[in-house]
Amino acid sequence: MDLLNNLAMGFSVASSLANLLFCLIGVILGTLIGVLPGIGATATIAMLMPITFQLEPVSSLIMLAGIYYGAQYGGSTTAILINMPGESSSAVTAIDGYQMARKGKAGTALSVAALGSFFAGTVSTFLVALFAPPLTAVALKFGAAEYFSLMVLGLVMSVALAHGSVLKALAMVVLGLLLGIVGTDIYTGTPRFTMGITEYADGLNFVALAVGVFGIAEILRNLEDESDREVMTKNINRLFPTREEFREMIGPVLRGTGIGSVLGILPGGGAILASFASYTVEKKISKHPEEFGKGALAGVAGPESANNAGAQTSFIPLLTLGIPANPVMALMIGAMIIQGIVPGPNVVSEQPQLFWGIIASMWIGNLMLVVLNLPLIGLWVKLLSVPYYVLFPIIMAMCSIGVYSVASNTFDLYAVAFFGLLGYLMSKLRCEPAPLLLGFVLGPLLEENLRRAMILSRGDPSTFLTRPISLVILVMALAVLVLVFLPQIRKRRDEVFTESDA
Amino acid sequence: MSTRPTKPRDTTDLAAGLLLMAAAAFFGWQTRELEIGSSLRMGPGYFPMLLSGLLFILGALVALKSLGREDEPFGRIAWRGILFILPAPVFFGLTVRGLGFVPALFVTTLIAAQASVRMRPLPALGLAVAVTILSTLIFSYGLGLPFRRFGPWLGM
Repeated sequence: MDLLNNLAMGFSVASSLANLLFCLIGVILGTLIGVLPGIGATATIAMLMPITFQLEPVSSLIMLAGIYYGAQYGGSTTAILINMPGESSSAVTAIDGYQMARKGKAGTALSVAALGSFFAGTVSTFLVALFAPPLTAVALKFGAAEYFSLMVLGLVMSVALAHGSVLKALAMVVLGLLLGIVGTDIYTGTPRFTMGITEYADGLNFVALAVGVFGIAEILRNLEDESDREVMTKNINRLFPTREEFREMIGPVLRGTGIGSVLGILPGGGAILASFASYTVEKKISKHPEEFGKGALAGVAGPESANNAGAQTSFIPLLTLGIPANPVMALMIGAMIIQGIVPGPNVVSEQPQLFWGIIASMWIGNLMLVVLNLPLIGLWVKLLSVPYYVLFPIIMAMCSIGVYSVASNTFDLYAVAFFGLLGYLMSKLRCEPAPLLLGFVLGPLLEENLRRAMILSRGDPSTFLTRPISLVILVMALAVLVLVFLPQIRKRRDEVFTESDA
Repeated sequence: MSTRPTKPRDTTDLAAGLLLMAAAAFFGWQTRELEIGSSLRMGPGYFPMLLSGLLFILGALVALKSLGREDEPFGRIAWRGILFILPAPVFFGLTVRGLGFVPALFVTTLIAAQASVRMRPLPALGLAVAVTILSTLIFSYGLGLPFRRFGPWLGM
């Protein structure tokens, strides 16, 4: 009954009036930015994250969770209504969701997405509560070598799941690792790559990098072509699905939840993989596979559930090992570090209130989405018709305030501009930003554990291969790398991504 | 990925590869003053040197593979966006201490608003005023962020 006690404690923390309010504000703000065309969950969170830093750690992370769910929901909304997925995980939703909208079933598609996500969120919240504590016990046995290998696996997975060229994604990881090294060397105190600027001695600001590479680069991309978009606003029918549609979505939602929960735990972008996998499964087992791509309900319900379940369970590696599984988790880890929390197996024993509070708030965030956000859909749709040129100056003002408020360091603002340019250049050269961000966050950890492992093994690099857990993880990483370079898999991978681009 | 009119090489990937190699060279050059150390006691330069080398090889591979492959359209470049969006946070950084939060934010928003060809001067001014007032209320009064509202440059 420990589980229930712990969950009860979590809910008592998360459901204080103030925290509920922050969660609500987070959900609304997250949706507000998330529905902007082309701006996905990662960009939204990056831009809104600084606002949460003014709060105490628990409230701040609860608000962040709210932003996350709001942003994700906002992303599905744009995917369905204007066929513009902000992120690859909602790209799958766009395939059939947009077709549903064109058939006049936009309302149904939106509510199916929200209800499926809510169900998946509820189940996977329990899974996190169930599996996170025993896994922390395992994680405490991990040494430097295991951590190093695990991070290598995470980075390799992020490469495998990135769009386009594997080589370029690998290069992005390495570039991210190098950018992560900027700052003072923890062992010797030597400044590295700071070019003599003392303001960068603590390293490049993580918020500046995320806002620049994701947020500003997205704005620039949107400014390339300022033509109007076709918004399916007139076609919003009744929101709630009919009984028949409800019955139709049960199967896909259940399967999606299962697939998402399992895949979400994998390091390196489980949620994205989950929505692709769910879509493929639904198409395979459907009695009417020809409907897929033309507005199949299962094509929305399954992937959306899988996506949310995967997003939720990807908190497990974050909370137990302190290793982010995807860019959003990388943002979470950054937020935690700024709040003075070192993510890892110690959080659950040292700060149980925080740990269980976050888990409970995930569910509350989900609930708010369905109860409050879904009825507001008309409002969000109106927002889609607000011209973009009014929105982005507001976003730029918020980004500037937000980044500056983190550390009152004006150099962080120059870094934002630099990373905005870098992010835009990367997108023009078709390089993915997600592996870069993951590399940036993991860079210092990776180096620290590498150096520690080498000291412990007296300079013998075979330590990574002689310790069994480390060996298994490295073999997995190698297998993934070999797989993505195999011609057959590569072709299939290209197909999957092309399908989502279409 | 798909079939498009073929050109002798993929300029996008060639550029990407060359830029990656340049970045690797820059990081490698910056590493030269750092102590490399041994594999037992790695110095501050060991890991960066390893990464720079790896990045250089990857960049070279990307560049090599771009030869003799079809190109994809590069698309438009948001020059106006680059010209006005990127200076906005820089301006904020340069002036937030001197001018203070309120005027710095006002001008920052105004600069950013110029990035769109569709924004007329008067609405831009209105938007900047609204953003400034609301942000000051929310961040300065509401959240109590420790910003000076008006800075020393204004003689206040």
